[in-house]
Amino acid sequence: MSLIELNVNGRRHTVDVDPGTPLLHVLSDDLGLTGPKFGCGLSQCGSCTVIAGDRAIRSCVTSAESVGDVEITTLEGLGTPENPHPIQQAFIDEQAAQCGFCLSGVILTSKAFLDRTPTATETEIKQALGGVLCRCFTHTRMLRAIRRYAEQVSA
Amino acid sequence: MRTKASSEATKDIPMTVDALAAIERAGFSRRRFLKGSGALIVGFSVSQLVGDLGIAPSSVAAQRLDGASSDWLDAWIAVAEDGHVTAYTGKCEFGQGIYTAQTQLIAEELAVPFDRITLIQCDTARCPDQGTTSGSQSHPTNFNQGSLALAAATARERLLGMASVRLRVPVAQLIASEGVISVQGDPSTTVAYGALIGGREFRMRLSGAAMRKRPREWTVLGTSVPRVDIPALATGHFEYVHNLRVPDMLHGRVVRPPAVGATLRSVDESSVREMPGFVKVVVKQDFVGVVAEKPWQAVRAARQLKVAWSPGTGLPAHSSFYEYLRNQKPTRDTLLVDSKDVDEKFAQAAHTVTATYYHPYQMHGSIGSSCAVAHVNGDQATVWSASQAAYAQKTTVAALLGLPRENVRIIYTMGSGCYGINGADAVTYDAALLSQGVGRPVRVQLSRQDEMAWENYGVPFVIDQRIAIDANGDIIAWDYESWSAELGGRPGNPNPMNPASVVTGMLAGFEPPAFVPRSPAPDPTGSFQNRRNDVPSYLAGCIGGNCGGTGTIKSERLLSHIGRSLFWTGPLRSPNRLQNTFAHECIMDEAAALAKADPLEYRLRHLADRRLMGVLNAAAKAANWDARPSPGPNRSRTGIVSGRGIACVLYEGDNGYGAMVAEVDVDQGTGQVVVKRLVIGQDCGPVSNPDGIRNQAEGGALQGMSRALMEEVTWDDEKITSIDWQTYNSLSLGSSMPTIETVLINQTEGKAMGAGEVSITLSAAAIGNAIFDATGARIRRVPFTPDRVKEALAGA
Repeated sequence: MSLIELNVNGRRHTVDVDPGTPLLHVLSDDLGLTGPKFGCGLSQCGSCTVIAGDRAIRSCVTSAESVGDVEITTLEGLGTPENPHPIQQAFIDEQAAQCGFCLSGVILTSKAFLDRTPTATETEIKQALGGVLCRCFTHTRMLRAIRRYAEQVSA
Repeated sequence: MRTKASSEATKDIPMTVDALAAIERAGFSRRRFLKGSGALIVGFSVSQLVGDLGIAPSSVAAQRLDGASSDWLDAWIAVAEDGHVTAYTGKCEFGQGIYTAQTQLIAEELAVPFDRITLIQCDTARCPDQGTTSGSQSHPTNFNQGSLALAAATARERLLGMASVRLRVPVAQLIASEGVISVQGDPSTTVAYGALIGGREFRMRLSGAAMRKRPREWTVLGTSVPRVDIPALATGHFEYVHNLRVPDMLHGRVVRPPAVGATLRSVDESSVREMPGFVKVVVKQDFVGVVAEKPWQAVRAARQLKVAWSPGTGLPAHSSFYEYLRNQKPTRDTLLVDSKDVDEKFAQAAHTVTATYYHPYQMHGSIGSSCAVAHVNGDQATVWSASQAAYAQKTTVAALLGLPRENVRIIYTMGSGCYGINGADAVTYDAALLSQGVGRPVRVQLSRQDEMAWENYGVPFVIDQRIAIDANGDIIAWDYESWSAELGGRPGNPNPMNPASVVTGMLAGFEPPAFVPRSPAPDPTGSFQNRRNDVPSYLAGCIGGNCGGTGTIKSERLLSHIGRSLFWTGPLRSPNRLQNTFAHECIMDEAAALAKADPLEYRLRHLADRRLMGVLNAAAKAANWDARPSPGPNRSRTGIVSGRGIACVLYEGDNGYGAMVAEVDVDQGTGQVVVKRLVIGQDCGPVSNPDGIRNQAEGGALQGMSRALMEEVTWDDEKITSIDWQTYNSLSLGSSMPTIETVLINQTEGKAMGAGEVSITLSAAAIGNAIFDATGARIRRVPFTPDRVKEALAGA
């Protein structure tokens, strides 16, 4: 076990982890966060996505020790049910969820990409979402919600 | 819905003096009276009630599936002194929106504000046993004249009666609205529900005569109330079973066999004993699992554990699987309909269409691998499970653990979308076994591979069909013969005590349900049913002179053979119905093409059911259907070509009308199919929540499209090789997406029908027909991969 420090959702945490523990496990099990989910553990679906600095990363294959000082933002770090972030509000307005398990991947991948690339085209947005899955296939609503947010960041 | 704040389920609930007195009064020795949400409520299973009171299980609350439901109003609804309503349901939220729709139902029928209602779902200690939440049965069960709807209507009438006594005004002059009863013409004279019944029981049965509100009077039902859980989902604050943490909890990881049929030879616990956080290796027959302090420690220990297995039993080649399926012996044969004149009609036919359609094993492939938490404490067990079958699990978990049924409580807690029997049932048993092995609460989440390699797949099909056509181009006879294969299925089906309907039960030493061959099939008897949609929509479906089908063709023979599957199978969204409808609706298109008829007109010509014609016409109109025979005229043999196709179904023969028009582009060079547009027509009776149905229809259509274009389970000579998202394909968010339009026919005078599985049933057929229209090439095998499309093009 070794002590590491993490900056998550604006707070500093010290956790004692086994070497090689994926960031996802630290977020879920040591910090009790509910946003990032274990979907595949293979970086293939997106459910575990968090934003590190300004990039969406897959926390299931990211070693917690490798994160360092970078600020980590999880889905619940963006907003609350009472005060959602604009991209979360777009998903609520479009009713763009069924089971919702995939939403860390869908929302955070889109947000990180659009915040960096506010004038992204539809094709570029689709490319950014190429490795993100939703098995309820709420795709069309999600893409509408993402478009709403894209209009806000490009305005 | 569970959010972080609702840990109520885990608390020990004390009995009040009133509750003890009530138990005494009622004589229910095993019933528990529980205090929850500020109201005294009753939680019991109806099988106990049946035993205790001798109540017929379904005199009022008619159930089509399994569960015995409840006749007792207090089982469904409790009103607190402050007017808050707690309702109990055995149909639970899986992402399909039924929490919100049921809350609308109670708000409407009981006349209380929507936001003053809390719904408790599928907790076996507190909610009526309504069987499984499956098969598009939640609306038929809870929104017609029975169960939850009737409970709310009964409660409203009872409250009006109480108000009449209290206010000394006849019921006819009272109005119930927003949880308050007032006097017509005298709005100052009111009494609130809480003042009438708050904190007390109704102590009455559901009234079959309770008046339901007419859909035209609805103000809450029938509107697109936003789903109450989406803000928590979108902000990551929702608590899935995956997020549940109970005190003193450990983490488990299972070690599944490396090959199908492999059995355990030995486990070397010393190989992991020194690992950090290691607690115990639990073995039961062929079941192996590791328990550790933390999840990552359990994962690492499971990987490192030395386990020796016997070789597997071997598997037939994937490449020739359909020949294997067609020739399997023995089988269970069913003759659904036989007019006994089919061969004669074929002898008279001017034309015959003959074709075989193939559908592979497909998987639920939940985005989150399945998870459960169990606490087996001596002879008591509490299990938090995302299974669709909480009530059946109460019995199967008891059998698995060797406990009395009444000592097991299953608390439904949402997982990731399941669409049927994903790994949720198996992991529930995994957690129960591991918790029993260590005597502490254990949480288990499956690995991606264990989820995919051992779940209960959607069944494969080979379907042979012949259609006889007369000189006018009309169909005069239809002959159908199918081969499919099954193993296991829903917990407790057919044997309530047998947990071996999924992998864990078998590994733990239980025998899978016995396969009962039957050949030849007996002659059809009884009334016509089309639960699996074996029978095409165009057939009259006549047994003994009574016709229950939706079509006009009276020369009909339908024979199915079910064999024993190589792999676990179970309901996968639109089980059997999708496979059959793909074959029916595509060969119908082949017949229309042979008759040089427009596919829509040809369908309408052979249908008798007006609602099915209604959805076909509605979808065609919205799609601006181009009426002409397929394939399209003047099509190019090279490059990208476009086409449109249509399909329809009456889901399960009586549970939801649907039609779909698909428009596709086909690249004849690469074989790539791009679906540009899907238009759905749907009639499921009165619409509870239009946006909720649209969400289901859209998701179903796309899930059907993913299954049609790219999903197929594969294996080698000993094991499943579809074990992750590189070896099992799924449309990603980056894939090319069609536009989707849904036309809802709101049949306000009809009965509530299922809505969640209609559109998915149609996608493969509509897309296959559109490919034919575009190219003249008929593709008869799912999925329509580029290679298969090119192969079909080469043969066209």
